[in-house]
Amino acid sequence: MNWSEFFAMGGYGLYVWGSYGMAALVLAFNVLAARRREKNVRRELAAATHLNQAEPE
Amino acid sequence: MATNLVGSVWCVFRRDLLIAARKPADVATLLVFFAIVISLFPLGVGPEPAVLRTLAPGVLWVAALLATMLSLSRLFAADYTDGTLEQLALSPQPLTALVLAKVMAHWVTTGLPLLLLSPLLAIQLYLPAEALGTLLLALLLGTPVLSLIGSIGAGLTLGLRGGGVLLSLLVLPLYTPILIFGAGAVTASATGLDPEAYLSLLGAFLAVALGFAPWATAAALRISLD
Amino acid sequence: MLFHKYASPKVFYALAGRLIPWFAVATLILLGYGLYQGLFVAPPDYQQGESVRIMFIHVPAAWMSMFVYMVMASAGAIGLIWNMRLADMAATASAPIGASFTLLALVTGSLWGKPMWGTWWAWDARLTSELLLFFLYLGFMALQAAIDEPRRAARAGALLALVGVVNIPVIHFSVQWWNTLHQPASISAINKIGTPAIHPSLLVPLLIMAVAFTLFFATVLLMRLRAEILHRERHTGWVAELVKP
Repeated sequence: MNWSEFFAMGGYGLYVWGSYGMAALVLAFNVLAARRREKNVRRELAAATHLNQAEPE
Repeated sequence: MATNLVGSVWCVFRRDLLIAARKPADVATLLVFFAIVISLFPLGVGPEPAVLRTLAPGVLWVAALLATMLSLSRLFAADYTDGTLEQLALSPQPLTALVLAKVMAHWVTTGLPLLLLSPLLAIQLYLPAEALGTLLLALLLGTPVLSLIGSIGAGLTLGLRGGGVLLSLLVLPLYTPILIFGAGAVTASATGLDPEAYLSLLGAFLAVALGFAPWATAAALRISLD
Repeated sequence: MLFHKYASPKVFYALAGRLIPWFAVATLILLGYGLYQGLFVAPPDYQQGESVRIMFIHVPAAWMSMFVYMVMASAGAIGLIWNMRLADMAATASAPIGASFTLLALVTGSLWGKPMWGTWWAWDARLTSELLLFFLYLGFMALQAAIDEPRRAARAGALLALVGVVNIPVIHFSVQWWNTLHQPASISAINKIGTPAIHPSLLVPLLIMAVAFTLFFATVLLMRLRAEILHRERHTGWVAELVKP
């Protein structure tokens, strides 16, 4: 397996790896955004519960 | 007071036209906007007749699109704020028919004036005389479709902040087929080809839009009013 | 109807939680296999050389952009007709995923086009259609963002998505026509390159990547739905139990 040839992609390296890189970014972004959303919601909920619990009976 | 369908439609149509007649500034501003946008192109790309002649069909149509877009917000805005729209929605007459009446009135105060002014502006862009007839016919078929599709967007964005720009974002992608075939018809005529196919397609769009759009707009209004 | 049991947010939350790991693992396996096939096994093209490998990202991304729009519109329709909040949530959650696939298709289309056409952008039929689809996604997201009230936002979005679905074939057809109209002969040859005849050796990685992307979409959608359910159901007892430290 000639690695330098592999990375060069017959001169089209920029375009091929640019595309695969962009794909990786899009996939990563989607996962991270979904995770972030869940984290934010949980944080909001915890804060609300806290406030409820903090109220004196 | 008319209680049948045709009577109600005519009533709404007439009312909207009367209201528009009291504000001639609306139509005037629309036409001035149309003329200004068209004048921007020679200023931007240079006064060379050959260039302008090639661009003319597209420029005329894009300007017509933008002018129609800007006038869409006044389709329902006034009636929404004073409660008339809710009354229309509650009336025993089908909202779809009443919406059609409003859109037709809107076209009389938007598409029709644009159509009438267009030959003058087309000459400024060196559009050949033999294409002028096609231009009028294409605009006659196409501008009502712009009003019809645009009314769906206007219904969806009723009372929303950022209304005008949001409306443009929603509606402009949907306008692209009209633009393609409308400008295509005029270009065909200008280059000596037969515009019949384009005009037939525009006619087909109009027929489908007349059937589909008022119903979708009525649904949009109910969603926004609830 | 079995359907209704899973329409309950609480039940669906639990179901989604059990499904996500499986979908995630399946996605990773298929992505890995697809990349292996696309980057190592598939031979370079006679005309395009190694740049043909971009197709294994570009084409599945374009397919996904269309597929997700259909899912979004269908979910919206179900939510509109049957008043299912879960369907509404699915429509809203799908939009950013679909938009990102559309963007990926556009960027990879541009990267594929540059070595072939010599320009970073060309107004060919497929890229132009993709661009308009991107605007349709953005419009949907903007409309929902502009409406504060959740029920109106869901229903307005659903209607817009359905209007979009009706228009997409019309736009596709119009852009095709426009494209053949305006292209001088040299560029129509480019369009042929843009739609290569698919050799079997190229078909395998293409299909694997398409399935991988679909599984990925399902995974992320389930993740987003869980978050949305927590948010929507925040005042209920079962959620309170769930977030207790």
